[in-house]
Amino acid sequence: MRIKVCYFARLREKLGISDEIIDLPDNCGNISSVRAVLQKRDEIWQQAFASDQSVLSALNHEMVTSDHQLEAGDELAFFPPVTGG
Amino acid sequence: MIRLQMEDFDTGAEINALHSMGSHIGAVVSFVGFVREFSDESRLDAIELEHYPQMTQKSLERIATEAKSRWNIERVIIIHRIGRLTPDEQIVFVGVASSHRSEAFSACEFVIDTLKTQAPFWKKECFSTGDQWVDAKLSDTSKSDRWKSN
Repeated sequence: MRIKVCYFARLREKLGISDEIIDLPDNCGNISSVRAVLQKRDEIWQQAFASDQSVLSALNHEMVTSDHQLEAGDELAFFPPVTGG
Repeated sequence: MIRLQMEDFDTGAEINALHSMGSHIGAVVSFVGFVREFSDESRLDAIELEHYPQMTQKSLERIATEAKSRWNIERVIIIHRIGRLTPDEQIVFVGVASSHRSEAFSACEFVIDTLKTQAPFWKKECFSTGDQWVDAKLSDTSKSDRWKSN
């Protein structure tokens, strides 16, 4: 299945990409599984996603925890803790 | 009402708009956040505010809706600027109108505390020596968390 993945702020700069479409096995499952797939890309990706606290996720524009299940067509975003206001 | 904009805002006009809802409005409480000139001991040239356009509006609307459900308030205005801002510029406005002050104070504080940990904005500080992303503060998380149990 295909999903869109977006990256913001420090994470976007570190990874050198703002968004991409990725193909996942249909049984890929939840956000944690996507993180595991992305971490296998190379050392930069491995480090970027190493700490659970330093990368938050939003699924279809709602902040969620990593155990959320994914469906085809979802928009998944990864970003550092927010610092607005 | 939620507004995301590059341009500045007029605090007085926003407070008047909140008050002009009717003669039952007895209190307007507002918070304005500004860009500080110094970060630690370094003088800032500017900050850059990035956000997640498809999510930001929705996230702020949810915070305003929750404030209205928790306190007896009439109206909430949230304005957040994005892009490049220089020291002393206004960043964010939160205004709450209600019949009585205590509800407006609590709701206003709830909105800004929650915005700081839930709304998808990220600040980058720009110095003459280079740029640096701002780290989230634990103190902001604890301020936001205290509303969960109240």
